[in-house]
Amino acid sequence: MKKHNESIRLAHGGGGKLSRDLIEQEIISRLYAERESELPDAAALTLTDSDIVFTTDSFVVSPAFFPGGDIGELSIYGTVNDIAVSGATPKFLSLGLIIEEGFALSDLRKILDSIRRAADRCGVQVVTGDTKVVAAGQCDGIYINTAGIGIRIPGFDLSPERITKGDCVVVSGTIAEHGLAVMCARNGIAIEHGPQSDSGPVHTLVKAAADFGAEIRFMRDPTRGGLSSVLNEIISGKRSGILLHESRLPLSPAGRSASEMLGLDPLHVASEGRIVAICSHEVVDDLVACWSAVPEGEGSIRIGTVTDKAGTVVMETATGGTRLVDLPKGELLPRIC
Amino acid sequence: MKYIDGFRDPAAASAFRAKLEEHGKELSDAGRSVCILEVCGSHTMAIARFGIRSLLPDCVDLVSGPGCPVCVTPPGYIDAAIELAGRGVIIATFGDMLNVPGSDSSLAEARADGARIEVCYSPLRAVELALENPDSEVVFLAIGFETTIAPVISIVKQAAASYAANVSLLTAFKLVPPALDALLTDPDLAIDAFLCPAHVSAIIGSNAYEPVVKEYGKTCIVAGFEPLDIMMGIDRIVELAAAGKVACENQYSRVVTPEGNPIALQLMNDLLEPEDAYWRGVGVIPASGLKLKHAYAPYDAQVKFGISVEPGKEHPGCLCGSVIKGSHKPDQCSFFGKACTPDAPVGPCMVSAEGTCAAYYKYLRTT
Amino acid sequence: MLIDSVEADGTASVSMAGVTHRVNVSLVADPKPGEYVIIHAGFAIEKLNVEEAEARLGLFSELAEIKRGAERT
Repeated sequence: MKKHNESIRLAHGGGGKLSRDLIEQEIISRLYAERESELPDAAALTLTDSDIVFTTDSFVVSPAFFPGGDIGELSIYGTVNDIAVSGATPKFLSLGLIIEEGFALSDLRKILDSIRRAADRCGVQVVTGDTKVVAAGQCDGIYINTAGIGIRIPGFDLSPERITKGDCVVVSGTIAEHGLAVMCARNGIAIEHGPQSDSGPVHTLVKAAADFGAEIRFMRDPTRGGLSSVLNEIISGKRSGILLHESRLPLSPAGRSASEMLGLDPLHVASEGRIVAICSHEVVDDLVACWSAVPEGEGSIRIGTVTDKAGTVVMETATGGTRLVDLPKGELLPRIC
Repeated sequence: MKYIDGFRDPAAASAFRAKLEEHGKELSDAGRSVCILEVCGSHTMAIARFGIRSLLPDCVDLVSGPGCPVCVTPPGYIDAAIELAGRGVIIATFGDMLNVPGSDSSLAEARADGARIEVCYSPLRAVELALENPDSEVVFLAIGFETTIAPVISIVKQAAASYAANVSLLTAFKLVPPALDALLTDPDLAIDAFLCPAHVSAIIGSNAYEPVVKEYGKTCIVAGFEPLDIMMGIDRIVELAAAGKVACENQYSRVVTPEGNPIALQLMNDLLEPEDAYWRGVGVIPASGLKLKHAYAPYDAQVKFGISVEPGKEHPGCLCGSVIKGSHKPDQCSFFGKACTPDAPVGPCMVSAEGTCAAYYKYLRTT
Repeated sequence: MLIDSVEADGTASVSMAGVTHRVNVSLVADPKPGEYVIIHAGFAIEKLNVEEAEARLGLFSELAEIKRGAERT
């Protein structure tokens, strides 16, 4: 009996007593307990504004627990951040879980605790959700989907069409650490004491930047594909280009080491708690100062400028040469010689 | 970081740029130019990553040669690996090989069809896989130049020590010095000097290039793979060319000795013997490859599985062969950037992390 | 990378800026903690000659200083 209780069984997703027990004892107890009403099938919400932002994201990170974070907090921060960088305050989230039969209950509990902590930190509520269990081998451990609603913050006029020569590119802290942390944990290449994931919320940065809202053209969190992916996408087909300065790219010592050891370009590696923004030249110093004063914005720095070399992202390298910064290619592969 | 930052200092790079301009002017004033062939995958990538081409004077033509072992391996090798995978063999490989096109397919496609392909950072992972899967056979795709050969054949020693009889190597090892000979006798090429590899040289020693200088009168400079090392090496070549001199110099003496790494060389001598090898783009170069000696036949996948590696079919119109030799630049291939991109490669030069076309595509092309 | 410790099984723990990595050292003679090695495919393939490295760094840093000095004037 004890062994039976230690892991998720198919019956936990079957809609019967075991399902109900799991939901009440593990999920409701952590996420909904303070609310007085019964958990409904759908959340009835009252929004103070009709100008809302809505997004969804799915999380399949492997391993589920990595240095500096886990899939639970990632699933909250990821959606909170997508809402935030659209110039909105995140409010309500849904939580969909797909769990493989045999997944350890103790791990599920850790993930749910993590979800609660992250939601509290972001001031958001998980108001509805769904839990499914699939047979062993039909998914890898646990997959999570979160969808989120936010209310637009007045003052932002985010429009990539406004990007123009002379604008500045700013990043809110060290880059690439999430991807590097996961790579070190996953590949079995015996790297330890590597970087910790930078997984975290950015809504406080967006709120702080509202004063400069009109002068900010664009914000994004550089996740899959890293900075290079975001910047290439945003200027693709446009009249503008971007010039980055390698000497200004913020990397932690552990991040630099890990990227050298793994043979990875940090520009291609995901961050999960950073913003890359393009703003007018007039406000860049104030924006950097404003973000640096917020804990989530430590290490904020201007890393580049918008040029008129249409559709190209170019970098002045550490040795003074120039090279193209291209989209990352498919799977990240190690080198041979 | 120690022993990294100091080799990338932008002010020193700027100083070398000035020296290069000065020596370059001496050279062009004498009505000459210099064609430098670099034959090291790490050099190819570092040159591209740090934008070194943008810092060279016009009289210097820097060409990438066959320094990428993935690129010089014929499509037939991939075909053989896919054939083995089809027989249920676990294929253990460095990541670079996954997307290389064979005659009809690639290992990535075979994996999508259910073949067991495991990417390894260290070749010894192949022995671990063999021990973890005692009812399966594991074959490691053993390609590489001298830097990689000793680490890879350590599989044989480790397998013997662990009593793992279910692991073997599909070898396609290549040697750099015979390739330099072949390149210098190729009528399509007019190479003036070599920027010699960093870590191949650590294994074979800087003395290995003396014959090239003596027989062909071409300068050989062994340079490290940090950007300042490379700029210093190129500058020295230009300086010598301007003065009409030839030399063989080791500028990577912090790692490379005249005789190389005796332990690695002994291991290679013990387990391997020379064979003629087929280099994509160049053809067969005598005694330019290494295969396992007969005594190690149980670890030789070709013997064990009765499989042979043929050249295979190359895509007509693919210029990888010429690019590898250095007789064409990537953007002179009609497929470059159009039909052939890193996500949909036609030839291996676009796929391998050290491939010339991949480096060009990543860093140098203009849209 | 810097060798932190050497094991009896032919492996060593190396590090760079505190990030550690386990590598095979069977191809270098008598590896010792405190020495620097060049790593390739999970193997140490050669030791770094620290004297030569320092001499080269000295040259580069001298060139850099001269350049920076020239730019200041």
